[in-house]
Amino acid sequence: MVLVFAESPKGKFKKIALEAVTYGKKTAEALGTSCVALTVGNNVENAGQLGVYGASKVYNINDASLNTLDSQVLTKVIAEAAAQLGAKIIILSHTSTGKSLLGRLAVRLNAGSVPGVNALPDLSGGFKVKKSVYSGKAVATFQIKSDIKVLSLMGNAIRPDASGSAVSVENLSVNVPAAKVTVKEIKTVEGTVPLPEAEIVVSAGRGMKGPENWGIIEELADVLGATTACSRPVADAGWRPHHEHVGQTGIAIRPNLYIAVGISGAIQHLAGVNNSKTIVVINKDPEAPFFKAADYGVVGDAFEVVPRLTAALKQFKAG
Amino acid sequence: MKILVCVSKTPDTTAKISFSSDGSAFNSAGVQFIMNPYDEWYALVRALELTEADGGTVTIINVGPADNDQIIRKGLAIGANDAVRVNAEPQSAMFIAKQIADYARAQNFDIIFTGKESIDYNASEVGAMIAEYLDVPFVSYGNKLEMSGNTATISRDVEGGSEVVEVATPFVVSASKGMAEQRIPNMRGIMMAKTKPLTVVEPTGFDDLAVAVHYQLPPEKGGVKLVDPENMEELVRLLHEDAKVI
Ligand SMILES: Cc1cc2nc3c(=O)[nH]c(=O)nc-3n(C[C@H](O)[C@H](O)[C@H](O)COP(=O)(O)OP(=O)(O)OC[C@H]3O[C@@H](n4cnc5c(N)ncnc54)[C@H](O)[C@@H]3O)c2cc1C
Ligand SMILES: Nc1ncnc2c1ncn2[C@@H]1O[C@H](COP(=O)(O)O)[C@@H](O)[C@H]1O
Repeated sequence: MVLVFAESPKGKFKKIALEAVTYGKKTAEALGTSCVALTVGNNVENAGQLGVYGASKVYNINDASLNTLDSQVLTKVIAEAAAQLGAKIIILSHTSTGKSLLGRLAVRLNAGSVPGVNALPDLSGGFKVKKSVYSGKAVATFQIKSDIKVLSLMGNAIRPDASGSAVSVENLSVNVPAAKVTVKEIKTVEGTVPLPEAEIVVSAGRGMKGPENWGIIEELADVLGATTACSRPVADAGWRPHHEHVGQTGIAIRPNLYIAVGISGAIQHLAGVNNSKTIVVINKDPEAPFFKAADYGVVGDAFEVVPRLTAALKQFKAG
Repeated sequence: MKILVCVSKTPDTTAKISFSSDGSAFNSAGVQFIMNPYDEWYALVRALELTEADGGTVTIINVGPADNDQIIRKGLAIGANDAVRVNAEPQSAMFIAKQIADYARAQNFDIIFTGKESIDYNASEVGAMIAEYLDVPFVSYGNKLEMSGNTATISRDVEGGSEVVEVATPFVVSASKGMAEQRIPNMRGIMMAKTKPLTVVEPTGFDDLAVAVHYQLPPEKGGVKLVDPENMEELVRLLHEDAKVI
């Protein structure tokens, strides 16, 4: 059996949880087994909808202390659930929670683990999965040899498939130990899609000259429904918040569309974004290295090109 | 305060990555290796700051072959008190974590630091695994850490912002940007590093459960299509009709 742990921050599923369920279902189909989903907390809204994305059943551990997630507690909880259900493959989302759980679960279950997988397993000779390595500069195939396996799925690696129907939710009772880490404060930006999950990202660099010029970037992002990002020097200078910094030492993303404005395209920047499906580069310097990694390029002044692009998009959306 | 800092060796951030022709191994010819930036700039420096303020020792540990001594010496030059190298060519994150946990178990460290991730495997796995082997809390992606007695207040990166948590020692924490500022070793540090203890221990047995069996480079881009900066309607059309991303 394949068990998908579907994260529900503040009681709601994000796209990355639905992707994990679809990944679980497709993996289960290939192995000729079933896929169930696990949710935790007493505030999960509409858990049965995970059936739409491929779960044949949903189990919930209804415990308020699990509304915030501590890796030590959650590892014990998921391991016990997996044992009760007889799950052999456990799938997590490659989020900050999933990443801190994966290694712990692997040790606890004596399971081989691969973080951030980006394609369905290859079952032709054993169990093999791919992940991006060397900060996006290469792809590695990992073989998992153990009976129990744990994977975390990279955001935007597969599309959630909504061809199923809602299923019943059953309470699962497991022992929930007390957390030793207490959350004091949560400072997250509401209303925007977090970068790792964003399908469209509009990013800008030092070419914008100063934080006061970000209005045109935000307008472009707004009309596209995109999340904003930035290069490292921009975050270092305090022009933009640190959580927007993408690249080798920032966040690695793989949106469908990445628009880079006034960013030179240093190798460390590319490392975090070169898995994007389509890359558009706007830069006034035709020699900027980013053009080599781009699908579409516009050589021009951002202060003229970006408002023009925003206007053209508004017209496209209207018509 | 007794602190352990886990350091790994990675190719330099500007290194050109290539593999043997059958894709079975990393081609290290001409590649410059460095201490993993998260380990050096953030984890190690914050550990040193804590012991400079309140007393204690910082030990660094690496699981790797004798070549890695150069990187370990750099950590000693930056200021660590002593170092341990587990003499092995690791094949998996779990192997590394088990070696570190086996060493740490008897030593009663208050804090074990790792970097946020190694910039070669980008796994973010080793810290969580050490924490599970030792059954202690793990706080990932710390961007700020303050101690008060034996309680730490840690700010950590989460999707779209940050979160502040409290945890008592012992615990494992992984360090991301913001935790500290990079330190450049000075001449005195480099001289002193030569006399600081670097203990080599042999690994304990372990069968790898997940190993990399093949590597490849990502597919090449087909070349950039330039669009007239006066004609953004054309770019919109291409994104809609050709790329199908809007
Ligand atoms: C170990 C290490 C790790 C690093 N990690 C990262 C990382 O994770 N992410 C990251 O981004 N960087 C990282 N860097 C830094 C990286 O090397 C570059 O310095 C950085 O990406 C450059 O940022 P930038 O492109 O915004 O600025 P610049 O390199 O200054 O480029 C600005 C660009 O804007 C263009 N421009 C100027 N004016 C205009 C205009 N009016 N219209 C259009 N274009 C204009 C210029 O032609 C230029 O190409 C790292 C560096 C090191 C050493
Ligand atoms: N061979 C190693 N020896 C010691 N520590 C390591 C080793 N490999 C990884 N680490 C530590 O684990 C962290 C995360 O590595 P990874 O799980 O590979 O992303 C690194 O930042 C190091 O602190």
